[in-house]
Amino acid sequence: MNEQEQTRIERLIKRSIPPVGEQSGAELQRDLWPAMLKRLDGDAHPAAMPWFDWALLAAVAAWLAFFPGAIPVLFYHL
Amino acid sequence: MLVLEQPSLGAPREVLRQFCHGDLGAFEALFRQHQGSVYGWIVRIVRDPAAAEDLTIETFWRIHRAHARFDPERSFEAWARRIATNAALDHLRTARHDTELPDDLASPPAPDHDISDDLRRKTARAFQRLPPKLRVAATLALIEEQPYREIAEALGISIGAVKLRVFRALRLLRKELKRQGIES
Repeated sequence: MNEQEQTRIERLIKRSIPPVGEQSGAELQRDLWPAMLKRLDGDAHPAAMPWFDWALLAAVAAWLAFFPGAIPVLFYHL
Repeated sequence: MLVLEQPSLGAPREVLRQFCHGDLGAFEALFRQHQGSVYGWIVRIVRDPAAAEDLTIETFWRIHRAHARFDPERSFEAWARRIATNAALDHLRTARHDTELPDDLASPPAPDHDISDDLRRKTARAFQRLPPKLRVAATLALIEEQPYREIAEALGISIGAVKLRVFRALRLLRKELKRQGIES
């Protein structure tokens, strides 16, 4: 691509897509701190573990309690 | 323009030092001071005010998580801009390529009789389909006319690499327009 073609494409882009600075929405219209606090709060209190994870954990614990010989097998597969 | 109050936490250097130690008040002060500029940078990349607001929150969430890694001797703004650019790039990678630009940002500022609406639409669509890395460099350099040094800093690459990405974007765009039978 030569310099002339490059300039032509550049001009076409500039005429097709205006800069955001000239449009509405270019500046922040509201304070985002309340939304940020909500996000931080969600981060501090992660979602509870789903019930099926607890059920799976209980099943594995019961299995290991009744069949202690399975412990090395479990470690092998982890 | 949004005018935001700032909690008094002393000199900026002290605020940065407190932020490094995980102080929420210092983080709030930095958030209130920089949210406008971070949003402004992101909206120039993603060209969607709603997505830019979400990405501003995402950026500051990443900043908050990485507070211990920040060096208070360095510029917070440059660091935030780098994280914002990465968040915007992640968004562009996952967003659909063929989504239309939002109405309030897609329409040209003034009628341009040199090129048809169809050509303008096709060019904008082809531009949207460029790989995100190339699109970001071309958007910031050609459309938003940001200095190459600032773009390089935000992308974490050299000025030469930015120029190469812009050139590759132009070459791909020309190829795509030619494929559609458009001779620029």
